[in-house]
Amino acid sequence: MEYTDDIGVLKNIANDLRVDIVKCLTKSGSGHPGGSLSAIDMLTALYFSRMRHDVNNSGGDKYDRFVLSKGHAAPALYAVLARCGYFEKSCLDTLRQVDSILSGHPYAPSTPGVEVSTGSLGQGLSMANGMALASKLDNLDRTVFCMLGDGEIQEGQVWEAAMTSAHYKLDNVIAFLDNNGLQIDGPVKDIMNIEPIGDKWRSFGWEVFEIDGHDIGAILTAIDKARKVTGKPSMIWAHTVKGKGVSFMENKVSFHGVTPTEIELETALADLAGE
Amino acid sequence: MAELTLNTIEKKSLRDEYGSLIAELGDTHKDIVVLDSDLSCSTKTAKFAKRHPERFFNMGIAEADMISTAAGLASAGKKPYASTFAVFATGRAWDQIRQSVCLSKLNVKIVSTHGGITVGEDGPSHQAMEDVALMRVMPNMTVIVPADANETRAVITESLKTPGPMYIRLTREKFPLIHGEDCGFKLGKSRVVRDGGDIAILACGYMVYKSLQAANLLAEEGISCRVINMSSIKPIDEEAILRAATECKALVTAEEHSILGGLGSAVTEVVCENNPTPVVRVGMDPVFGKSGKSEILLEKFGMNTTAIVKAVHRSLSLKR
Ligand SMILES: Cc1ncc(C[n+]2csc(CCOP(=O)(O)OP(=O)(O)O)c2C)c(N)n1
Ligand SMILES: [Mg+2]
Repeated sequence: MEYTDDIGVLKNIANDLRVDIVKCLTKSGSGHPGGSLSAIDMLTALYFSRMRHDVNNSGGDKYDRFVLSKGHAAPALYAVLARCGYFEKSCLDTLRQVDSILSGHPYAPSTPGVEVSTGSLGQGLSMANGMALASKLDNLDRTVFCMLGDGEIQEGQVWEAAMTSAHYKLDNVIAFLDNNGLQIDGPVKDIMNIEPIGDKWRSFGWEVFEIDGHDIGAILTAIDKARKVTGKPSMIWAHTVKGKGVSFMENKVSFHGVTPTEIELETALADLAGE
Repeated sequence: MAELTLNTIEKKSLRDEYGSLIAELGDTHKDIVVLDSDLSCSTKTAKFAKRHPERFFNMGIAEADMISTAAGLASAGKKPYASTFAVFATGRAWDQIRQSVCLSKLNVKIVSTHGGITVGEDGPSHQAMEDVALMRVMPNMTVIVPADANETRAVITESLKTPGPMYIRLTREKFPLIHGEDCGFKLGKSRVVRDGGDIAILACGYMVYKSLQAANLLAEEGISCRVINMSSIKPIDEEAILRAATECKALVTAEEHSILGGLGSAVTEVVCENNPTPVVRVGMDPVFGKSGKSEILLEKFGMNTTAIVKAVHRSLSLKR
């Protein structure tokens, strides 16, 4: 498995994964490109540089964990897991098909490398907390990472969980907020404003690191800093662009849950090839 | 069970039994963790909290968070027991039970208390009459409704050895001990607690006791009732149901729950598809309850001995 600190290499990996994401979504004909593309740089930084994990020992005691709370970004996770070797890359072509190991949303029983099932928004942080509590009881040196959507944090349970992480001093929880500003029905600020974001998390007892979620170097630095925080959980508040990397998808509400056509795919691939 | 002893039988609290037992089990089973949402004094998990504070997590008044956190604990190898009132456990957190727990078949035990109408004075907001139905339809979920404290002990002990999601419904009230200490509980198995051949009453929870009382009254009329404790609602003992259908040719179900979706439905489903037999369901119509003393409520909403006797007569009248 590739594992590197080299930002250039990580950027290339992220770009390759973007290609995998748009390809498999075009093939499946349904799924969520926008939120997959906004999250992929953070997933790349985690799986190819900072998260301790092992393809042959998924979920093992010695390893970190990742919970994709915004489960609809499954294609991003699947692209990453395939590249790591959790399953054959060819599986990506079967995304969402009846006999596939790759369900529309992360489904733990069927996919290697997926520890818990998500898709119903708002539950992942609670599950991450549970893992973190267990890790503390067992004195494991494990960090539990969790990725939340900005629309997702409108769910009340997220704030229940935010209190839990702080109350139990879960400094082994590091969450990412994929702040792409959009949800299904429109801009987050118009649908149900979540601002002020940093103040909210800070007031809930979290350490907050505000970054550009597409700057791999910044992501790595934030993870390193968050790992050093003691006595409280960390939120990496990442400003992102929904659909990042594919010109016609960027900042488009319409590409939340609509996949590219074959023709659009060509444009997308050209964008990603830097043409 | 002899008539006399039924009236003088000792009553014991199911939730007290749970609280004491889980605290005890915690001594030897270091992987047990307990979660509660600000009701630990009522659910009796406070006993565990006192004995094993490091493995008790009070989640505050946040049932959804409690269930998903339990899922996370289970996914990291712990054996979580999550408790609150039945109405909140199954209603507030249904989606969390579905998505966080059952979808991944995680080892989360939900032990609710204050199930049914015997909650009493707290009234309809607190009377869970739909919880068994809500849990029964859930894939991967096991559903158990113990009849008394001794059976509660057996069920909790069994739950520890049985991986996967499980819903165990306990009550506020103390119930008469109809079982001895060795109650013979087995997952997916029922027990005949009184034998008879004219009709079978299949019951769970407090209604097992009420059915035994009804059987005594019916015996005076010359009707011989078989009473079966169906505490394992899911998986259900199809064999015992079909044996009762074949041998008695008339059935009654009795539960402290809505007649929709609970034990009555489960039994009806089994007989309809295998050996159509009259089944008359004793339970609550799908209406909300009222505040009041539990025995008065049971009478008002048709879940007492008289209601069971009536149901037996009706089922016998349908017998072919
Ligand atoms: C509980 C729940 N309600 C609704 C949905 C449907 N849904 C899927 S994605 C989405 C919008 C999510 O927006 P956001 O969290 O901002 O995700 P992103 O922009 O990163 O895709 C909604 C409402 C869901 N999956 N779960
Ligand atoms: Mg968003």
